[in-house]
Parts: sequence; C-alpha cells; structure tokens
Amino acid sequence: MRIPCPLCGDRDRREFYYMGAAEALTAPPGPEAPPEVIDDQLHLRTNPAGETRDVWYHETGCGAWLIVTRDTVTHAVHGAVLAERRGTTA
Amino acid sequence: MAFSGWRILREGLTGNKGWGPLWRTPEPRKAYDALIIGGGGHGLSTAYYLAKNHGMTRIAVLERGYLGGGNVGRNTTIVRANYFLPGNQEFYSHSLKLWEGMEADLNFNAMHSQRGLINLFHSDGQRDAFARRGNAMINQGDDAILLDREGVRELLPYLDFDNHRFPVYGGLLHPRGGTARHDAVAWGYARGADRLGVDLIQNCEVTGFTIAGGKVTGVETTRGPIAAPMVAMVVAGRSGQLAAKAGMRLPIESHVLQAFVTEGLKPVIDHVVSFGMGHFYISQSDKGGLVFGGDIDFYSSYAQRGNLPMMEHVMEAGMSLMPMIGKAKVLRSWGGIMDMTPDGSPIIDKTPVEGLFVDAGWNYGGFKAVPASGWCLAHLMATGDSHPVAARFRLDRFREGVLLDEEGTGAQHNLH
Amino acid sequence: MSGPMRLEKGGLIDRSREIRFQFDDQWMGGVAGDTLASALLANGVRLVGRSFKYHRPRGILTAGSEEPNALVEIGKAARRTPNVRATTQELYEGLYAVSQNRFPSLKWDLLEVNDLFAPFLGAGFYYKTFMWPRAFWERLYEPLIRRAAGLGALSKQTNPDHYEKAFAHCDLLVIGAGPTGLMAALTAARAGADVILADEGDRMGGRLLSETITLDGQPGPDWVAGVLAELQGMDNVRLMPRTTVTGAYDGGTFGAVERVGLHLSAPAADLPLECFWRITARRAILAAGALERPIAFRDNDRPGVMLASAVRSYVNRYAVAPGRKVAVFGTSDDAHRTVADLQAAGVEVVALIDARADATTTLDVPFYAGATVTGTEGRLGLRRITVTRAAGSRVIDADCLAISGGWNPTVHLTCHMNARPVWREDIAAFVPPEGAVPGLTPAGACASRFATTDCLGDGVAAATEALTALGAKVSPPDLPRTDDAAWRGAALWAVPGKGRAWLDFQNDVTVKDVQQAARENMVSVEHMKRYTTQGMAPDQGKNSNVAALAMLADVTGRAIPETGTTTFRPPYTPVAIATMGAGGQGAGFAPQRYMTSHDASVEKGAPMIEAGLWYRPSYFPRAGERTWREACDREVGHVRTAVGVCDVSTLGKIELHGPDAGRFLDLVYTNTFSTLAPGRTRYGLMLREDGHVMDDGTTACLAEGHYLMTTTTAAAGQVMRHLDFVQQVHAPGMAVRFTSVTEQWAQFAIAGPRALEVVNGFLDTPVDDAALPFMGNCAVTLGGIGGRLFRISFSGERGYELAVPARYGAALFRDLVARAEGLGGGAYGMEALNVLRIEKGFLTHAELHGRTTAFDLGLAKMVSAKKVCVGQRAAARPGLTGPDREQLVGLKPAGAVKQILAGAHLFAERAEAVRENDEGYVTSACYSPTLGTTLGLGFLRNGRARHGEVIRMVDHLRGVETLCEVCDPVFFDPEGGRARGETS
Repeated sequence: MRIPCPLCGDRDRREFYYMGAAEALTAPPGPEAPPEVIDDQLHLRTNPAGETRDVWYHETGCGAWLIVTRDTVTHAVHGAVLAERRGTTA
Repeated sequence: MAFSGWRILREGLTGNKGWGPLWRTPEPRKAYDALIIGGGGHGLSTAYYLAKNHGMTRIAVLERGYLGGGNVGRNTTIVRANYFLPGNQEFYSHSLKLWEGMEADLNFNAMHSQRGLINLFHSDGQRDAFARRGNAMINQGDDAILLDREGVRELLPYLDFDNHRFPVYGGLLHPRGGTARHDAVAWGYARGADRLGVDLIQNCEVTGFTIAGGKVTGVETTRGPIAAPMVAMVVAGRSGQLAAKAGMRLPIESHVLQAFVTEGLKPVIDHVVSFGMGHFYISQSDKGGLVFGGDIDFYSSYAQRGNLPMMEHVMEAGMSLMPMIGKAKVLRSWGGIMDMTPDGSPIIDKTPVEGLFVDAGWNYGGFKAVPASGWCLAHLMATGDSHPVAARFRLDRFREGVLLDEEGTGAQHNLH
Repeated sequence: MSGPMRLEKGGLIDRSREIRFQFDDQWMGGVAGDTLASALLANGVRLVGRSFKYHRPRGILTAGSEEPNALVEIGKAARRTPNVRATTQELYEGLYAVSQNRFPSLKWDLLEVNDLFAPFLGAGFYYKTFMWPRAFWERLYEPLIRRAAGLGALSKQTNPDHYEKAFAHCDLLVIGAGPTGLMAALTAARAGADVILADEGDRMGGRLLSETITLDGQPGPDWVAGVLAELQGMDNVRLMPRTTVTGAYDGGTFGAVERVGLHLSAPAADLPLECFWRITARRAILAAGALERPIAFRDNDRPGVMLASAVRSYVNRYAVAPGRKVAVFGTSDDAHRTVADLQAAGVEVVALIDARADATTTLDVPFYAGATVTGTEGRLGLRRITVTRAAGSRVIDADCLAISGGWNPTVHLTCHMNARPVWREDIAAFVPPEGAVPGLTPAGACASRFATTDCLGDGVAAATEALTALGAKVSPPDLPRTDDAAWRGAALWAVPGKGRAWLDFQNDVTVKDVQQAARENMVSVEHMKRYTTQGMAPDQGKNSNVAALAMLADVTGRAIPETGTTTFRPPYTPVAIATMGAGGQGAGFAPQRYMTSHDASVEKGAPMIEAGLWYRPSYFPRAGERTWREACDREVGHVRTAVGVCDVSTLGKIELHGPDAGRFLDLVYTNTFSTLAPGRTRYGLMLREDGHVMDDGTTACLAEGHYLMTTTTAAAGQVMRHLDFVQQVHAPGMAVRFTSVTEQWAQFAIAGPRALEVVNGFLDTPVDDAALPFMGNCAVTLGGIGGRLFRISFSGERGYELAVPARYGAALFRDLVARAEGLGGGAYGMEALNVLRIEKGFLTHAELHGRTTAFDLGLAKMVSAKKVCVGQRAAARPGLTGPDREQLVGLKPAGAVKQILAGAHLFAERAEAVRENDEGYVTSACYSPTLGTTLGLGFLRNGRARHGEVIRMVDHLRGVETLCEVCDPVFFDPEGGRARGETS
C-alpha cells in the first residue's frame, strides 16, 4: 500500500502510522461536555465497508498528520490532505 | 447418526455409502421464536445452547455465505484462558471448561489439543506483568506456571538463547492452553444445533430489520422476510455494517489480521509459543503445518487480506526467536476481519432496540470464546439477564469508563 | 555417463559438464542443465516420494514448481531443507537429496499400511472418532497422527544461512519470460521504459524451451536467446531469472523471491541464499502461462504417470526418455504433439489414447480414439495400463503414461486481491476477470490465449497498452512467424469407474472423497475443500482444484459456475520464512540503541539490559561483591550518602519553540505550564485522549517561548506523535514547533548530598542554590562547551541533570564517575535507580501501565480545573473515579514473611485468594537498604482510604504469601527536604 503524502509524494505504507477514522476530530472537550461527545470522539465508528477517511501520521517522513481517503474493501487510496488544513481543503 | 470408531469401521466395510448429511438444508420458515444472524462459531454455538440449555428449538441461524466461513474458519486456532482482568477472567475460564467437554457433548472431534501455551518474557518488567497475569489465572481456578530461562529451555530447546535481540528471561506456561481444528468447531456446533431442530439457513443475507415501537419484529433477507421477536447479531467482522441497518453505530473499527501456514513438516513445535516482544505466535497443526501470526495490519479494512510490511515483520520475529524454522516454507497467507473495540474486549449485550441483541467486538480473540459466547448470549436471550461470567461485556461500558483494557493501550481501536 | 535413460542427442543440457549427486545415499550422475528430477529420470529413478496420507509410492508428475509428488529434502545437518521440488531444483555438484515421509525406506514404508485401511480413512474420518477416552487424544491419538502426518523434517538447528531483502521500482514489471513476457518486455524496453522481467525458471523462455515450435524458422530456444541478448544490452532492463513473483499487493507492490545461491554447490560467502524483493511497478503484465491438468482415473497416481507437457520438457529440454514404453492419454491435440516429439526423439510410443471420439491422427502409433485409461498396475512404478473403449478393454504394457487434460491459465496472482476467476465454458477453464489487480494486465496463456502466435501478439498488445497509459510512445516490434496451431481439445475431468481416482495427489484426495463430502452435505466448495483437505497441500490445488470443483458440480447436479469458483492466496509458490524474514535472525530484529556511556559501563563490568530498544547498565559490580543485590545496595547508598552518577540520555527530549508553546503545553499537560518562568522546570502529567495517563516527566522553560520536554524512555515516540497530533489536528492555529533532540544530547543524573561538588567541578562558572534552586535550570559551559543543567531529582536527593552535546557524552561520563568515586560515590545502574524511585514513590511504566488515571495515582490535584486539556473530560467518566478504583499505595511487610513480589495479588487479611476477593496487585517491589526493609508499590481498591490496614499479598506462582501494611507510597523523606537541599 502506498500513501500520497502531500508534502513528500507517494510513499510506502511502512513510513506511516495509522490512528483511526477521521470522523470526530473535535478539539479536547471541556468538563461540561456531555458524555456523548466522548463516546463519539473515542469509541463509536461508522466503520464503512467502502470509502472512508482516516488519520495517518507520516512518522518516518515529514511528521505530518494526514487525512487519507481510502477504500476499506479494495484498499485503493484516493488521496490525502494535511490534517491541519482539513477545514479548507478536505 | 452418532459418530464413533465402530461407525467408521462399519461404513468402511460397506463402501462408505451410509453417511448422511451433517445437517439439513431447510427452507426458511415465515417465523421463528429467535433468529441468530451469523453462522459462524459464535452464532452456531448460540443456537446450540439456546436449544440445548433453554429448550428453544423454533430458531434459525441465518448465514449469508456458508457455515463457518468467517473468522472461525480463518484463525490460528488457539484456545486459552490466560486473561488477568476480572470480567475477562471468569468468561474465558468458563469457555475453556466448555471446550474440555465440547467434543463429548457434540459427538464431534474438534481435535482440541491441550498442548500447553507459553508466553515468553524478556525483561524484569515483563516478568512482573506476567506474574500478575499468572496469579490472576490461578485466582480464577485456572492453571499457570512461571518458568525461568532454564525452564523455558527445557520445553523449547530450539529457541535462540544465545544470540537474540530480546533475550528470553522466562515464560508463563498455561498447561491447559492449546489449539483445536477450527472448522470442526463450527461443524460440530452446526451438526449439534441441527440435531436439536435448529434451522441452519445458508446463502441468506439479512438486508434489514423490521422494528416497530422500539421493538424488533423480524428481518428482511435475500430469501424473504422472517419474523421473530428476538434477533441476535453475531457477525463479528461485519458488526458495524449490520448494526447500521438497525440504525446503530458501534464502538468498533474493522481491521485485518493476517495468518500464515507452512508446508507440512514432521513434528517440531509441540506447544503454542507466544513472543509478545515481537508480536509473534506459533503452533504446529496436526497435519504438520506451522501455523503462525502476528499483529493486525493496523489500518481499517474489510479486505480479508493484508500487505507485506506486517508479513515481513511476523517472519522476522519468527527468525529472531526460533531460527530453526527458517527453511520451512510459507504455503498460504490469509486475512480475517477483526471487530476491534476501544478496550480490546468484546460485547455481549442487549441493544437500545428491544429484542435485538449484539455479540461483537471479539478483536482477534474470538475463536477460544466460541463456546462461552454462545452459552452466555443464549442465556441473555432466554432469560433477559446477562450471564454472570459475561456481565461486564456491556455496550455502554465505554461511555461509562468501566473498561476491560488488557493491553493498556487505550481507546484507539487498532492498538488492542 | 548421466544415466541409462539419457537420450543420445538434443536438449538444452551441457553433456560435457558432468555432475555427481546423491539420492537416498546413492551416487548418480547428471549434467549441467539438469534439474534433480530430470537427472533422476535419466538414471531410471521413477519412485521419488510417498503421499501424505496413504503413503502411496509417487513419482514425478510435472516439470515445474507445481509439482505435487516429487518433494525431497536437500542438504545435510543445519542446511537440510525439506519439501524441495525436485522438478525445479537445479543440479549441482555434490547435491545431497533424500526422499521424505517414509520409514524405514522409500521402497519399504511401514505406513504404506494406511493404504490398506483407506476405506476407514476417508474424508473427515478423524472428526468422527478418537473421542474416547478423552485423555487419550493428547497422549495417544494426536501424537500418532502428528508423526504420520507432515512431509519433510526440519533440522531443528539454527538456520546457518544468510538471506536478504531489497526494494525495486520500475515502470513495467513483466511476470514470466515465455513468448508473451519476452515480447512484452521487448516492446516496453524499446519504448524506453524501466522494465523488470522476472521468471521463476533458471533459464528464460518458458514453454519455448520445451517445445519443438519454431519462430521465424528458428528453434524456440534460439529465438529466445536472440531476444534475451537484445534485452541484456539495454540499461533500462533488469532481467531477473530464478525470481518467482509470489504475491500481488496494494499500490502496485509485488513480492518476489530470487534464488541466488540455491543452485550452487558452493554459494559465494558474500551472497545471500535467497533475496526477497518488494517491487513497486507503475504497471505490470502477468505472462505466467498455463498449467496442464491431469485426468482422474483409477490408480492414476503411480510413478510413471506424468503430465504430457512434462514429458515433452524431459524429452526436448533435458534429453531424457521418461520411459521405454510410453503411452499417451489426452483430450486434446497436445497428446498428439507429445507422441510426435517422443517418436522424433526415438522413444517407443505404445499407445495414443484420445478421449475424443472423433479424433484422428496421421502418426504411426497404435491409436485409440474415444477411449480412456481405466486402470494401472505396478506397485512402485507403472507397468501396465488398461485402455477402455465402447468395444471393450485391453491391457497394454507401459512404464510411462503421459496425460493431458487441457490447460488451466495461471490466474493465481490475479486472485491475490480478492477477485474471483471467471469460468469460460468454451475452453472449460477459469480466466482472470477484468481489473482483478489494479495496473496488472494478464496476457498470453494465462489470459486463455494458448497458441504461441497469440501469445506473442498479446505480449506486444499488453505492453503497448500499458506504456501508452504511462504516456510513452510505442512502436510495436514485428511478430515472429510460428508453426504453432490453435489449441483444440475437450474437457475430461475424471474417467468414471470403480476404484480410487486421485484429484489432489499430495493430500490423497480422490473423486470418492468429493462424492462423500457431498453426501454429507458439504456441498459448498469451501466446505468440500476444508472437509476433504482438497487443495491444501504444497501445490495448493494447482493440479486439482478445478477438477475437484467439476466433480462437486457433477455430484450435486450443478453447473460449474453455480457450484462455485476457485481462488488462490499468496504466495504463488511457498516462500521460506528465512527469506521473507531476512534480517530478523540474531540481533537484526530490532534496532539497537546505545548511550554514549555504553563502552565505559561495559568496561566497568556492568551487565547491559534492554530498555525498549536501548541498552542500559543494570549495576556496576565491584570486587568482592557476589550478587547484584550487594552492588545495588551499595549504589543506593552512594546516592543517599555521597553522590551517584547515572546516564539518563534514553529519556525522550523534545524541544518546543514558538510564542504559543506555553499555551500548547497547557493543552497537553494536566497542569499549567504557561506560567512557568524561564529558568524554571516543572513536573507534568500527560493524558491520552481517553483520559488515562500517557506519560509523565519534567518540562523546563529555557527561555521565553522555548521549552524542553522530557519523556520516559518507553514513551518518547508516542509523545512526539501525540504532540504533533494535538498541534496539527486540534490546534493548527497555535504557533509552536517541536523537535526531538533525544540523540543530540547526552544527559547524566548526578544525585546525592555531594552532587553539587561534582557538578561544580566541571562548570566554568560554578552554581549555588541561589543561582539554581530546586526545579531550576540554566545554561552552563564546561571548558567552553555549551551545556544545560537541570536541578531535578528522580532519587529524592539533591539532584542535577547535566546535558552536553552527545559527542562529549562518553568523556563526560568517565570524568563524572571518577569524580564521584573520589567523593565516596560512583556510577549507579537501573537496579539502584529503581530502588531509589520506589523509596520515593516515583512512578515508572510499571505503574503507568495504560490503565491508570491521575485519580488512581493520587495526582488528581494536578489536573487543573482552570483550563481544558487533552483527556480531562474523558477522565471524568464515572467508571474512572471513586472508591471502586484500585489506587496507588505503598506496601510494607507486616508479618513474619518479609518478601514482597511484583505481580502478586492483594486480598483482605482473612479473605481466600480467589478472583472474587481480588482487591489489587503489586506493581513494583524492592529491598530498601535505606530503610532496611522490603517495599512495594501497588494498586489497591479504595487504597488511599486504607492506609494502616493489614492486607494479604499472595503469589501463587512463586508460593509466597505476606501480610502487608498499606501506607503512603512515599516511603522516604515524604517532605522532600533532601531534594530541595534543605536536609541531607
């Protein structure tokens, strides 16, 4: 599997660390946040069989966290954007 | 038809023409008292124990493919009860006891072999952690023996004791741990359930649930609607997708775990050996193949196949620990879909939909749980109460923070 | 002389280079160019192995890697390699081969008795018996089964050979160098593409080396040589013979095994035996050809029964007569071609049996159209066959029977990414579906184009398409003319009749087994395969899966596509664990990280122990000390009474720069750092997003907007990743950047009442408590070298950590230790470090094991309520606080037994030691020379409220039981005056 790092180009999967689904990347909630916020952020997953967006870290490369668009059935990788710019470009 | 040596003799002498079907191929009825979705190990054992322990025989198992075609037919066949957290301990202990009586109960030889499982450790800190585990196992009434380096050498003389990146300090021996013939477990429960009147319906995919007033009333399938007041989702690997049809999100991410088998070899590894430092474990099947595996591939996947980085890592770990296996050749690799939960422990519980149950989240430890999972889910369905040994496998424990995290890696699904 | 069956002339062998080898301790002769199989056949050896279950005598079936029967052990002692295909093993001088799965000898195998019991050993018999008495399974039945099962044997000795791995990248990977692959490679190479041409054979050319087909009037091998010569001369082409592409993976990645030294009697010392390649290709062409399939008929498994294509290989390529009287049985024109080749080589053909009723021939051979073989005779080798037609049967003497049941395209790699092959009724075979592997195009015979002419054209077309897609300009080469005709044949899976007809030769699966499986309702293909073990043997069903599927279709009255399909998983051919695991053996499995003080520690006799990837000194023994404990107690004493020196460079060091660095630290630590002034250092606690403790350590404010964070050794990578995550994902607006500087600095703890004396001995400008109070930090110089000095303590004593650029570490450590020794102290290792921190109740990953919260550790007050931090809300979940939680406590012996063991469990004083009563466990324990007693740290349910209570510690494993008093986890100097320098 190869991941297209927006900064480094196509790289072998072994350079990356996978964290999980990119579905609830909310900022750390405050003490008043309802329990559902934690449940969404940490536990509950849509877990699609098909296209998904998930979070990867170019750990032995540039150190960028990426949002990768991928297919969980075919393992096709459709693209990746920098997590810090996800608001504008993802 | 009861199986026995005599029966084999008689059939052999008469041309093996008398063997009947291991199970029937019934048409689905319009309604049942309970439906089990998923004809894997857990689903089949649930049906068996519903019928046997609770007298429920108007039940059906709905399998979208063939019986035992999921993870029960694609695992590394390890059976053990070596957990250390209360909640897990009593469940796996119960499961191992069921394993020990399963073959007689089912009249089917699943080749359950209690050849002993050894977890190696490589530092004082790991020894302390395994001591905690071993003591927990004994507290539970199971067996554990702490081996020092020489004790390990006696049992596993072929390990690389001289030139090893992580020297062997010792090991925790679980004498009652071992392996079984995975397919046979599914077939044994299938045959057992069928003989008690359970309908096993293959090639029948559930496409939706019928829910009225917060209660489940049946399912839609590729072979028509089927009504039932109780429905259990027992489809580890596909739990999230199925639960979505009932409008639920589960605390599960699906991942691929690879496993490997070599060409047949004369006996060389007599135990199950687990090398935690390298995420490698191995045993030898009765046919002679070395069966081994490692960690999941780490990215979410439904592909039932993995990639080279993890394969290579697993083989490197094998070469590091026991370089005598180097000239064994890997014949086949495969992958299974793992329901990974945020604490690495499973779920056997009711759902917010009345009458709908979930048995899921087995991570990569579902095989050994096959008997107890069915036993406990059947108990929950038949009585409405969690079985005491599965009382902690609740769906809401994540939100509540009542976790069962044996690895201590926290709420990241792929780290368990 | 290379054997009585060697033909006088012909073949691609070098008769001038004779090779001596051994089979079952008999010396024999072969020639260069032979495989072990061809050399054995040349020597008249037909019996080479025994089957898996019935121990039936077996010979050579094929001439390729799909061989199911002729598996042997090669080599001696630690180099013994089981299950080697004699058909692909190149012959070399002194090759030592032994047959396997037989006792005492190949000719007289005791377990041949299994064959007599075959009626009782049919499909799935073991599931139905061996259940009683239960204890007999492990003690009797299973050991017997295990001993009978298996094929070859491992030596049980450490692998002595060297293996390698490598990466390669190319525009076009061509898999297979037969007519299709050669033309594909030529097309792409001439277009200037980077091409890798890989072929599993030792010699490229594929079937062209084994057939009598001509191209442009040249014999096949000569044409091949011409193409290879051109390819060899091009810089953009890499030819990889002896390289099997074993698997197709994601992103255009392929796994491949190159046999580098397996064909040599003395492999070069600097070369690996095999190399495992990871080839990333922009496009790939699968030109893997096709595999001929056997036909199932009664006793079709005797030595001497051989695939017709293999017969042609042995005759044409190796110049070996596979028998003296050869019969040929087939369903296609291939049978006729085989007869012609045999006759041309001067081998007697006793019968041509063509199952097609309308077949005709012009060959001068006894011809049986519309006939089948219905039986064979010969215990250790074929002697006679029975040929049956409507008119009746006749028995014919034959010592070799060539069989040809048509061809199966080699679709294997196209199945590796889950695609299922598609049935084509017209050729009665499975073909690859479109787009099975992204970027991979099947061409030639593996795409069901069997005629050589079609293969050549298909190779050009596939390469042209692939290269055009990559943007290259292609001018297709001219196609050579061939005399090969289109393939004509019919399907024949099994000849009906009595007796056992083998499908899977290796696993002894017969047509009857498939029928019985169906009777038992194992009618799904997967059930049938798993129940009968069909296709599970070393050939993975290459020779039998399709026929078995056809048999299942037949017995269940379904068409083949309805019945199911066949699939193949990687690897294409088995791969040695040593090859794919190259580099793992010995110390290579994981990187080894050394501190700058490593050599000095080793010189002092310190045992070096693993700490993650690092090595750290356990203790520093001195003359007269007999146990590690004596050294450890002394080193603890150094620190408590004088001064000790310890290398702490393994701790993670992360520099944070930027105007928002303080605010950012507030987000990742539970406590507040934005208020930390330059020159000050603070202990911080970091939570995971799920609220559990991730790590702890100190962070120093070096200057405005410049911090240095310390992590534990184990968590350094995890913390760096976490910081990057929090910044990039949660706080992209914050101006802060991180750099790991763990390896840039060597850092030494100097601890003890006389620590300042040691430190000041090195500083250009000495410091005092006013300049550097407890938890202070400052820049220093040592002989002009810039360093950093921190006033922090992990021992509870007056402590400093002195950091210098790593290149000065080795020298500084030696000097520090010498100075400390002069003051009555010395170096201390991990054992003493552990004792010192337990005495003070400081934490390591024994306590921070991933399941503990700040509440559990008694550090809840460190979670600031004035700000939001990562993990804060999750840690407030009801299950993570309260009296039911196991909380950190200290433990002191309170009874006669003074032993405390980490890993023991805790119970109420009079409670039975069972799970229901389990209240906690011991995480760390040591003997404290300072306090003269054993100490423990542990977690106990509601422990903070139970200080003073006597509880029971039980360690079943080691038979130790101790009464303990629960106490505060800080055993020594709870006020902390010593570290602050107020007391000593």
